Amino acid sequence: MMKEKSLSGWRAWILAETPDSALQARLSRFYLSWLSFKRNPLAVIGLMIVVFLVLIALFAPWLSLHLPTEQNLADRLQAPSSTYWLGTDELGRDIYSRVIHGSKITLYIIFLVAVIVVPLGLFVGTTAGYFGGIIDKILMRITDIFMAFPRLILALAFVAVMGPSIENAVIAITITSWPPYARIARAETITIRHSEFILAIQQQGASAWRIMFKHIVPLCTSSVIVRLTLDMAGVILIAAGLGFLGLGAQPPSPEWGLMISQGRQYLLDQWWVSTIPGIAIFIVSLGFNLLGDGLRDVLDPTNV
Amino acid sequence: MSLWNLNKKTLSGGAVGKHIPAVLLFINKVLQFIGSILLTFLGLTAVTFFIGRVMPIDPVVAIVGDRASSVTYERVKLELGLDKPLYEQYWKFLTDILQGDLGISVTTSQPVLQDILHFFPATWELATIATIIGVAFGVPMGVFAATHQGRWLDHLIRFIGLIGYSIPIFWLGMVGLLIFYAKLDWVSGPGRVDFFYDGIVENRSGFILIDAALQQEWEVLRNAFSHIILPASLLGYYSLAYIARMTRSFMLEQLSKEYIITARVKGMSERRVVWKHALGNTLIPLVTVIVLSYAYLLEGSVLTETIFAWPGIGLYITNSLFNADMNAVLGGTIVVGCVFVGFNLLSDLIYILVDPRARS
Amino acid sequence: MSSIQQMSKNHNPLLQIENLNVEFLNHTGNSIRAVREVSFTLGQERLGIVGESGSGKSTVGRAILSLIPPTGKIKAEKIALNGIDLQKLSELEMRKIRGNKISMIMQDPKHALNPVMRVGEQIAEALRLHNNIARSEAKQKVLDILKDVQIRDPERVYRAYPHELSGGMGQRVMIAMMLIPDPNLLIADEPTSALDVTVQMQILAIIDDLVREKGMGLIFISHDLNLMASFCDRVLIMYAGKVVEECQASELAQAKHPYTKGLLSCLPTVENSNQILATLNRDPAWLE
Repeated sequence: MMKEKSLSGWRAWILAETPDSALQARLSRFYLSWLSFKRNPLAVIGLMIVVFLVLIALFAPWLSLHLPTEQNLADRLQAPSSTYWLGTDELGRDIYSRVIHGSKITLYIIFLVAVIVVPLGLFVGTTAGYFGGIIDKILMRITDIFMAFPRLILALAFVAVMGPSIENAVIAITITSWPPYARIARAETITIRHSEFILAIQQQGASAWRIMFKHIVPLCTSSVIVRLTLDMAGVILIAAGLGFLGLGAQPPSPEWGLMISQGRQYLLDQWWVSTIPGIAIFIVSLGFNLLGDGLRDVLDPTNV
Repeated sequence: MSLWNLNKKTLSGGAVGKHIPAVLLFINKVLQFIGSILLTFLGLTAVTFFIGRVMPIDPVVAIVGDRASSVTYERVKLELGLDKPLYEQYWKFLTDILQGDLGISVTTSQPVLQDILHFFPATWELATIATIIGVAFGVPMGVFAATHQGRWLDHLIRFIGLIGYSIPIFWLGMVGLLIFYAKLDWVSGPGRVDFFYDGIVENRSGFILIDAALQQEWEVLRNAFSHIILPASLLGYYSLAYIARMTRSFMLEQLSKEYIITARVKGMSERRVVWKHALGNTLIPLVTVIVLSYAYLLEGSVLTETIFAWPGIGLYITNSLFNADMNAVLGGTIVVGCVFVGFNLLSDLIYILVDPRARS
Repeated sequence: MSSIQQMSKNHNPLLQIENLNVEFLNHTGNSIRAVREVSFTLGQERLGIVGESGSGKSTVGRAILSLIPPTGKIKAEKIALNGIDLQKLSELEMRKIRGNKISMIMQDPKHALNPVMRVGEQIAEALRLHNNIARSEAKQKVLDILKDVQIRDPERVYRAYPHELSGGMGQRVMIAMMLIPDPNLLIADEPTSALDVTVQMQILAIIDDLVREKGMGLIFISHDLNLMASFCDRVLIMYAGKVVEECQASELAQAKHPYTKGLLSCLPTVENSNQILATLNRDPAWLE
């Protein structure tokens, strides 16, 4: 009763009903997910933005026209022109080049946060879910406590004590960002803790750690990816906020939040100095949000 | 979203047939709540203590600044009891907080708690107006997005919400001021009221809008309104984005339920199905979302108040930060943290009150 | 509009369905025909529609009420209630039919009732949607019909929330809600499938009494062949969207279609306890 289309070539192989190998099955699933993802134009735009960000950050030295820290006081506060595509700031630096180089900082922050937050959260969550009992209760209490903090305020307090720098800002952000991943991991662990394949591996003599990290954690991947992508959008905003307050990257670093703050006093007449970095922040955050939403539609469709 | 992740199933009555009196169950739940509050409060203070006293190389300098006299230095050092073991220090820290002693602010020389109480109402006012805007626009938007799922209206509303999630609030504030204040002159600029209106209205409720209205100072009221409308709208936009998204999500969940089919079978107009039945059920989880969004606005206020020179808790904390006034910063952190936690709790309590299934 | 009001129970049969087709489109563009060329007439009698999951039996019920999800399309030569073609009615006019002239009882009262609205209010709503009567008068009518469905403490149930009721009580409430506007036709979509066996009998008895009392037509949708045979006058067997057999309930044993015969032979009987249970061999020809 269903009409089907006929397939040819590699598509036939990847969509075969009975795959011959685990690799084929995995590729097949990946391909189907990709097809589903592609159908969502906003998600594709998000992906393109993120890819753009990475490319721009990688090729920053070649893409920029001037050095980001090169001051040219004679040319300060100039409107966008053919020499200075996005104008100059109060010290005569080319805003376009600074925005380009700022993308490196943004990427750096995101990367650091992700690399710390995910393993930490997964570790705590999987341990709590696997061992249960008092360990679970304690770890979950700790998770709840950290989740109860307003992120920005705690970051402020932290940086106030430790001094302003990118690394401190990153630490401050990670402190309050890891709980959701613990939650995800714990939920996943509890769901499959008693399933048969876990029992089978246990009987084969696998240690708890092996079970947790080789078998359970991979199952959390899709939820974690979705959550991470969406979180990154928020992290960018918080990092920019800290930069704006002067608590993150320090001058003369071309961090976007910092650029906004430095251009603030010239906002009335030389609006581009503050406005343009803000647009950059917006586009990147939007990109991660779109991408995250798109990934969620594909990987976790039960969540509307 | 709720921090205690209250499972609806555990709330809507346990096993059928257990004849434990409802009163005991209720007391048990209340005790659990109180236990949760205490634990989280302890955690909050522990972390703040750690940041404030353990982490700095010299916590005394952190409080008094590096230009303090040695007399001040020794006095504060004694007060902090830094020679004593850590747990004793923490105990002192904790008991001080519970008694309302958050230290003395270096900048104002007033007790920190007093300063905070002075500044908080301005933030309340801003957050309240912003939440009203967020709910008034966000809920209908969410409903429309759900009923037009997949069509252009849904996409439009989701996109508007998405922008709200992605814009840096401080930047939006700056651009907003530039356009609506500097260029268009539609609203007033930074601050709560214009300079010459300051002090005319007696501060009774902490809310200038309410005080001005009650004292019939219409000029002041209008001025205060024109000052609050822009920051409240921007924060309201933030709030709206979150509320619309959650409303849409909850509505879609409800609209796929069977009782909606029953309602249609009864011959009900679609409008009534959506706005009375579906929305009625949506409001239950939605109320907790709204309470939480209020709490999130406290966070957003930090940056917004900086831009708008709004004399609230956010500005207080950031200014204290720049003045290296550690007591103030830590005190502010603890108070905001507690309020945050309090709101999370409130949302759970409201849920129980509002859902008839949870009450049994 | 006036034609609906003068719904005359004249020479027209209560319900006439001719060549009903319902098609669903899924997101890849493929179409699934859930109901294919289904035709039957119904008088003031009880018609059972029997089939397994996916046979389309529930879809037929929903199609009569025009409550198919937007991905579906209804195409029929005729869907007529007392001679009036329901397909030609506007949505507004159709709403006057739903719950008023044609009602439907659903399977699981725990999910089919609004969980945050008191039961009495929901039943009163069913009445007040179609009749302009005062709240107090409506309340009295609700209490009356709650007594009719054998609820012993109508006042308490009136104030109760759905989750406070047992399965049997909930289904009684559902019946009350659907019958209070006095419809001509009742569709019962698996009304007892979610209930305990003992409660099932009670509910069936209530439906039996009320349908007989009010002189209504009944379409009883179920997967339980035995139940159909004893409860209904006529039976329609559906498979893969088509009607494969139509006969009097009493003549079920003489069924002709191999699917029906297969179903009947799958049912174990008390007498022959040594038999090996037969399994159904599905002929793909039945899908045509």
